[in-house]
Amino acid sequence: MDRLSGGDVLVAQNVAFAIMAITMVASALRMVTTRNVVHAALYLVIVLAGVAGIFILLGAEFLGVTQIMVYIGAIVVLFLFGIMLTKGSFGDDDGVTGERRLMAGLVGFLPCGGTLFDDAELSRSGPSTTADIADSIFSTYIVPFEAVSVLLLAALIGAIVVARKD
Amino acid sequence: MLLNQFLLLSAVLFSIGVYGVLARRNGVLVLMSIELILNAVNINLVAFAAFTGTIGGEVFALFVIAVAAAEVGVGLAMVLLLYRSSRTIDLTTVDRLRG
Repeated sequence: MDRLSGGDVLVAQNVAFAIMAITMVASALRMVTTRNVVHAALYLVIVLAGVAGIFILLGAEFLGVTQIMVYIGAIVVLFLFGIMLTKGSFGDDDGVTGERRLMAGLVGFLPCGGTLFDDAELSRSGPSTTADIADSIFSTYIVPFEAVSVLLLAALIGAIVVARKD
Repeated sequence: MLLNQFLLLSAVLFSIGVYGVLARRNGVLVLMSIELILNAVNINLVAFAAFTGTIGGEVFALFVIAVAAAEVGVGLAMVLLLYRSSRTIDLTTVDRLRG
């Protein structure tokens, strides 16, 4: 890093952002339009990996690693199991009527129109370290942290109770 | 890097996710689209955290990831229950609560 000038780093960051952004948007579009549900899950993996790359680009390396472990490692596997266990609908999801798709497209892409901000340069305060996040969680945000742990326990028990076969 | 490019990417991903939730009929695909929406929100949170130089946005994104994990667990359990009771996960056929 120290052999590169600031301008070189900026160009590299923008190139990396462009590659990841284009890949993510293309994969996300394929995900919501493909007929094969398994392919949709695999496109979701690409989008999630791109989000992890964006996090690392923004200097949030702990979040990037967490994203990979939690989303790609756990949630996508959960999705694949869900697809497998509901295999009556395995191959296809035969879309929707044209009218409903048109309305969904209109509603879905309405938020895109609201993204007219003034140019704002990101501050170059250096990446946040994992220790900063840990300090913040266990001091300022200790109450939400405990609430999230209770929520996870409740969701675990709830999922078992709902899905149990008896 | 500008803040705008991250916000624009986030808005596009969010919009694609909303389209997926509204247009698809497969229950698992709708849950996947919800994940897309939550990830778009996370990009926004982390981008603003980097913009303001504070850590709160990143912590909040961590909470969002945890809540998303819980949501997927319960949501997939409900989809499984739906499949077991009606042999389909087509959400347009689920209208048993209709009066």
